[in-house]
Amino acid sequence: MPVSTFPTTRRSVVLALRSDDAEERSRAFDTLVAIYWKPLYKCARVAWSRSREDCEDLTQSFFATALEKDALASYDAAKASFRTFLRLLFERHVLNQVKAAQRIKRGGGATQLAFDEAEGEMQSEAGASLSPEEYFQREWVRSVFALAVQRVREQVPERLFALFEAYDLSDDRTVSYRALAARFGVPETTVTNQLASVRRQFRRIVLDTLREATASEEEFRAEARALLGVDA
Amino acid sequence: MKPLSQSTIAHLREIADAPDFSGTRYSIIREIARGGMGVIYEAEDRELQRAVALKVLANEVSDANAAARMRAEAQTIARLEHPGIVPVHDAGALPDGRVYYAMKLVRGTRLDEYARSNRGRTDLLRLFIRLCEAVAFAHAHGVIHRDLKPENVMIGSFGEVLLMDWGVARSSTDASEPGLIIGTRGFMSPEQERGEAVIDARADVFALGRTLELLVDKTDRRITAIIRKATNADREQRYRDAGELRDDVTRYLDGRPVSAHRENVLEKAARWMSRNQALVTIVLAYILMRVIVFLWVNR
Repeated sequence: MPVSTFPTTRRSVVLALRSDDAEERSRAFDTLVAIYWKPLYKCARVAWSRSREDCEDLTQSFFATALEKDALASYDAAKASFRTFLRLLFERHVLNQVKAAQRIKRGGGATQLAFDEAEGEMQSEAGASLSPEEYFQREWVRSVFALAVQRVREQVPERLFALFEAYDLSDDRTVSYRALAARFGVPETTVTNQLASVRRQFRRIVLDTLREATASEEEFRAEARALLGVDA
Repeated sequence: MKPLSQSTIAHLREIADAPDFSGTRYSIIREIARGGMGVIYEAEDRELQRAVALKVLANEVSDANAAARMRAEAQTIARLEHPGIVPVHDAGALPDGRVYYAMKLVRGTRLDEYARSNRGRTDLLRLFIRLCEAVAFAHAHGVIHRDLKPENVMIGSFGEVLLMDWGVARSSTDASEPGLIIGTRGFMSPEQERGEAVIDARADVFALGRTLELLVDKTDRRITAIIRKATNADREQRYRDAGELRDDVTRYLDGRPVSAHRENVLEKAARWMSRNQALVTIVLAYILMRVIVFLWVNR
């Protein structure tokens, strides 16, 4: 009988935003930026049809202002999920920026975001028919999975990640375990076992990432259902 | 790394949600149902080469408390060895940490669907009695189901009645967290709706009464009285457990007096005649024949 290996519960970075420790607050902020910047940027670009330059400014300035004013710490879990709170905060920021007709180029201490990468991703995606909420949710799912894949890459041996990439991250769903076994020069059972091991790691990281990005058990459950696309 | 396409995301969703059965004796065939706590899959037990149902803790509730509740659920069902209660074959934890248990795969129809397919009243009442027997067995072992409803009852292909979903069942000696509402609206007793800490067998009696109400038309005062007694808002006025309710429904079906209804003379006579139809027919035929003979002789 396999031994229960429950993933250790990660501390919620949403709660860590209120920490007395400045370093912990900063780490929490960076984690949330990593999860949310692309969905927000892409939402502004595609769902609100704004120019790339505008959206770069709006996304950079949003996180810079949020960091300066400690705006994310005002999140109240009783009112909405953190995801909804952040989207609404971003919408308000965009409106304020438009009203003030400001274009603030921020540099120095502001978080550096890979806008070219986001633009590249948007070339291959259709999303104009979705509402801003739907689009934001879709991109949030992509962002969480992309971050989890990145963490898997950092945590598993290169050879195992290559197998995971060749099978689970490939758009070609016709690839067989047998073909992979031949390609990687290992028995088919090794492919089965190693893929199972990386997937287990991937699943744990996805749930850990989600736990980090939520403030309560209830919010975690709702977000897990949204992320995994299941109706409980 | 290239961006994740929608099809890759759909695949990653599947692998993040799918339980990891590597190294176990089970192979997943399909997902059957998904509830608040767990997901039920049809699977193959490769060791015994048979189909089983596997209940696996859902991803979104995979914390230590939920795991303990799922284990307790498996242990509760395993203790209740009765033909009306789905047997548990195995329980444990998967390599990914999720708790699961394997049980008999029931192929059949849910009671609510079965009742809608124009079944006869006597057939439905007999099924109801068998359901009461399973619940009475649980009550006799100190277990309260707490979420009885037709959707949780399966009628097997050979007419067997199986009570499912013991996820919120509790020992009758355990108190719930006060204010915690457990059950399904429309079937839960008033004390469950109030979130009372102590819930006993009479809560299940209430749900059985509600189920009975859906199975039969209420043209007969005696069955109406049974339903009224089972679903009384005051639990002191209800049957004490499912066994008492079963006995009353059995008496009703046999044409005997029921404890829930005090009959007047006319009702007693009507019930007696209904129960002794053959005798009544013979007597009436005899009287009619005598009348005809009398009229013939005196014409």
